[in-house]
Amino acid sequence: METTAYKTDMEFFVDMQRCIGCRACEMACAECETNGHESMIHVNYVERSTTIQTTVQVCMHCDDPVCAKVCPADAISKDDFGVVHSANTSRCIGCSNCVMACPFGVPKKQEQYDLMMKCNMCYDRTSAGKKPMCATVCPSQALYYGTREEIARMRPNSTPVNTFIFGQLTVTTKVNIMMPKGSTHLKVH
Amino acid sequence: MARLPVSPEKIIEQFGPHLNYAPKEGYVGRDEPDRTVKTHCCFCGMQCGIQLLVKNNKVVGFEPWMEFPFNEGRLCPKGVQRYLQDNHPDRLLDPLERVEGKGFQPTTWDNAMDRVVSEIKRIQAQYGHDAFSILSGVSLTNEKSYLVGKFARVAVKTANLDYNGRLCMVSAGAGNKKAFGLDRASNSYADLEHAEVIIVTGANVSETFPTLTHWIWRARDNGAKLIVIDPRVIPLARTADIHLDIKPGTDSALYGAMLKYLADHDLLDDDFIRNHTSGFEATLEVVKDHTIEWAEAVTGIAADKIIAAAELWGRAKTSFLLHARGIEHHSKGVENVLGCINLVLATGRIGKPYCGYGTITGQGNGQGGREHGHKCDQLPGNRDITNPEHRKYIANVWGIPEAEMPGKGLTAYELIEAIHRGEVKGLLSICFNPLVSLPNNNYVREALEKLEFYVCIDFFLNETARHADIVLAGSLHEEEEGTVTTAEGRVVRIQKAVDPPGNARPDTKILLEIAHRLGAGDKFTYANSEAIFNELRVASKGGTADYYGITYKKVEENMGIFWPCPTEDHPGTPRLWEDRKFHTPDGKAHFNPVSYRPPGEVTDQEYPVVLTTGRVVSQYLSGTQTRRIGKLVGIYPEPLVEIHPELAAQYNIRQRELVRVVTRRGMGEFPANIVETIRKDTVFLPYHWPGKKSANQLTPGTLDPISKIPEFKVCACRLEPTGIISDPKQAHAWDSI
Repeated sequence: METTAYKTDMEFFVDMQRCIGCRACEMACAECETNGHESMIHVNYVERSTTIQTTVQVCMHCDDPVCAKVCPADAISKDDFGVVHSANTSRCIGCSNCVMACPFGVPKKQEQYDLMMKCNMCYDRTSAGKKPMCATVCPSQALYYGTREEIARMRPNSTPVNTFIFGQLTVTTKVNIMMPKGSTHLKVH
Repeated sequence: MARLPVSPEKIIEQFGPHLNYAPKEGYVGRDEPDRTVKTHCCFCGMQCGIQLLVKNNKVVGFEPWMEFPFNEGRLCPKGVQRYLQDNHPDRLLDPLERVEGKGFQPTTWDNAMDRVVSEIKRIQAQYGHDAFSILSGVSLTNEKSYLVGKFARVAVKTANLDYNGRLCMVSAGAGNKKAFGLDRASNSYADLEHAEVIIVTGANVSETFPTLTHWIWRARDNGAKLIVIDPRVIPLARTADIHLDIKPGTDSALYGAMLKYLADHDLLDDDFIRNHTSGFEATLEVVKDHTIEWAEAVTGIAADKIIAAAELWGRAKTSFLLHARGIEHHSKGVENVLGCINLVLATGRIGKPYCGYGTITGQGNGQGGREHGHKCDQLPGNRDITNPEHRKYIANVWGIPEAEMPGKGLTAYELIEAIHRGEVKGLLSICFNPLVSLPNNNYVREALEKLEFYVCIDFFLNETARHADIVLAGSLHEEEEGTVTTAEGRVVRIQKAVDPPGNARPDTKILLEIAHRLGAGDKFTYANSEAIFNELRVASKGGTADYYGITYKKVEENMGIFWPCPTEDHPGTPRLWEDRKFHTPDGKAHFNPVSYRPPGEVTDQEYPVVLTTGRVVSQYLSGTQTRRIGKLVGIYPEPLVEIHPELAAQYNIRQRELVRVVTRRGMGEFPANIVETIRKDTVFLPYHWPGKKSANQLTPGTLDPISKIPEFKVCACRLEPTGIISDPKQAHAWDSI
């Protein structure tokens, strides 16, 4: 049934093996006026000289967001749906603490605005029952927005993982990365 | 007088390409559009559903169309940015007249039409009817494609009409007609979902048909094994179960060896072959010496990988084989297609659920545009212009004596040759930019300069149009009603979103007025596009591409109807051949013998490296539209020559060093992109750019003997490093001259 409210059972899944590097997500994200027509999602080659593989980085929306913790101006907040919002423009002082602290390298400082900006999972769309724009257009569905049941049914060969271990630090996130079946976490060395 | 009237720099200053990043007025009104128009993307044969947001008669943005069944909102970067072609600063707003020394100046429609019509009449009176030619294109709707075909034969009365589908799907079309008696992908892409094995050969799906990637992954999620055949590790090949890294120009050797392997290992569907096909014995006979070891030597693919692919294909219960320009742009294009079809027929996996085969049509209306008569040998309904019965039927629909119907004309590249020879003196082009898209384009430029009169209909002043005497400001995809037929054979509705700006006119209106002024007005009385479609329905009735049962209403209600659809109560045909009644004269699917022969040009001491060409995800064909959209240009700003590190080392070529690529036809300098994702004996160049950055300065005009498709995908080149490292920040190719 169509709803116009935030669907709390919807989650975001990223499957790097499907990414074809087309940048439709970046183009679509940059259509948003809230972002000042800057893309909040980033596609990069891993190492073009040896492989065509690209990765796509979207805000992982951490359960305990480091970006918010290190913000001296209390400009970054997480809401009841688990969405970590981009810096409140009236509070952000452009110090870049969040830029340096994020283990995933997500926040970027937009120098022309002297503001940090990052993905808020298309709050204008998701709060109205739609999918985020990047996951809507993604032609390979490397970016998928749906329920955990849907992804389990549709992609039986992969497992969503939202636990990431960076040395001593364990981070859990709202956004999932699709991993080989049976995986429980992703350890970053 | 088709030389440039002023310097190209001056023309570019006025008419572009300029890069458009945002609507001229900003994003005013996007939140509250006047209208949201459900239509389709104009770039590629997938024809993804998209909604255009319209404010004040301008397209100001898009919204995904979640309900359209093929793409469910998914789009590629071209689709996301397509709205920026509308309201573009380069848009032609008036008809233009070439003025020597001054450039192109706006003129009145009356003056432009007078010139066009008097020149057509003069040239035809002086040199004969066929001395005036027409080149068209299949980004046009079905209605316009049909109209151009009728316009050429009934109003201009010339045999010499051909189209840019000649650079696109003609090899596939010819192969499909030989094997099945009908030219359409045999299945909708829904049949991919439970295919056990998928072969993708010569199709860079993720860059040229990005939204098809999802359907292939759906199959893989269900357990499908994917075999990708390509000289490069294209994005889809990176994760494929088997990647056969074939040497360009050797495709038919691989298919022949696989067919022999299937026969030798009892992996054939003998019942299907016996009951529903003909020609198998003769086909097997010609590949009896195509052993795996021989194929390894010819194709450069390791024997064990060929065997693994043949085993997977041979033992599957369901399968889907897809191919595209990678195997079709060859002097053996038709043979390559037939080699693929032989593999499908040998296993009997067609006409059943999840058993599919098809070419992936490249252009926006590559399917519909090739069915209704704007190729030189064809009449609507995919009828044959040399067949007396077909001629009689269409002459009757058009209300002309059959004897007045011109015969078969020259194909696109042959037309260029005829202009060189002085046999063709005049040209009208629409939806075609041959200076970028035809091979050996310096030769094409010389031909343009020999024309006595050239009129171009376009919405931008494309590179070829700069050579015109008159340019008629036409219409974009979103400025007229119509239908197109997707690569699946699904007829879908193109909804008009806005009117042409300024004094630009709908293409249809332009063609109708010329027809009227040529004295054929009584044959061209249509109230609207739907009236043209309704005539097309009648004209296609009883032909192999039968649209008679398709109406605008039915298309809209069902979000598309698959032809053939012979009656109004017929639901359409997503999957062909379920009844095993093929459209060949004997009702059987035909095997066609294909034994390997070398490509038109092979490497030698002087030209020791193979050059192949193709596309990138951010550009569409000759770039008339996409080289004007800033962010698309930004993704891949200039053509890079892809070269393997070992080959680069042989020439001491460094990353981003400008490399002079030289062939027997010309040379161009391109920055090197040294990557392991290409064969060691092959370099790759994408072809979307003009002038000195054009890959088609280098490609040969060798044609397939049947389809007359040029051999874009293989030629011999030599590499000359220049010692200059090219700064990516200086990349500037979109308006190269």
